[in-house]
Amino acid sequence: MNPELQGRVFAPTAPYLVGREKVREFARAVFATNPVNLDVDAARAAGYDDVVAPPTFAVVVQEHTLAQLLAEPDAGIDFSRVVHGDQRFTSSRPIVAGDELTATLTVSGVKTLGAHSMVTAESVITDAAGAHVVTAISTLVVRGDD
Amino acid sequence: MAAAPTTPDFDALAVGDVVAERDVHLTRDSLVRYAGASGDFNPIHYRDDVAAAVGLPGVLAHGMLTMGLAVQPVVDWAGDPGRVADYQVRFTRPVVVAPEAGADVSVTAKVGQLDAEARAARIDLTVTFEGATVLGKAQVRVVLA
Repeated sequence: MNPELQGRVFAPTAPYLVGREKVREFARAVFATNPVNLDVDAARAAGYDDVVAPPTFAVVVQEHTLAQLLAEPDAGIDFSRVVHGDQRFTSSRPIVAGDELTATLTVSGVKTLGAHSMVTAESVITDAAGAHVVTAISTLVVRGDD
Repeated sequence: MAAAPTTPDFDALAVGDVVAERDVHLTRDSLVRYAGASGDFNPIHYRDDVAAAVGLPGVLAHGMLTMGLAVQPVVDWAGDPGRVADYQVRFTRPVVVAPEAGADVSVTAKVGQLDAEARAARIDLTVTFEGATVLGKAQVRVVLA
């Protein structure tokens, strides 16, 4: 992997419009049963504008930034050797259907451990007003030659 | 419609309390459903031949599926996903999902630390498959203010 990736900031992704049915589909896929994830009336009763996405939904938006990283011509990351090491979401507020989200990726760390390399990708996700919603941080491990 | 959820009482919590437990049975259908919902179509999560070709013991659950389902009992306990301010995990062991038998994943959520000033609890998750933990440092910060 190219050590010069450290500190690189990518262009913001195109706005992602969070659909109500997408939230429901994702909620069912992660076995979420809370009514605020599925039922508009329950979400409104809890003070939200629409159904609320589960805590890990931000990965759907973050995915677009990881695609940018893997596609970077000088990154030298072989996708078939990538293993997900760890993941973190730090939220200012939950994602709600109707949100229009933009993600900006910064490569916050690159290191080599023996034959393997590790890259830490930090994606800051903001809403249409530019306010912070959630930061998604992934560490990807790129396995070296076996 | 379900009754309005109640917020757990921060002052009644003690470190070590088990606040939620849940067992989830995963099948290949669960993996296909998660692939579609998340957009992660890596074939190691649904094709035995591809999993075998890259040296895996079988088709694996997406790490993000395990992470996603493991927090749900905490969300239900907290009463509102909006109370989850931070959630992190380390992926330490794969969950192999057999074609017919599937895979059984167990989640136990315990109070790990209490922050009285912020009225926030760190909930530590123990997530196991076949008797071994599959997530490390799985921590959820829940704000109960």
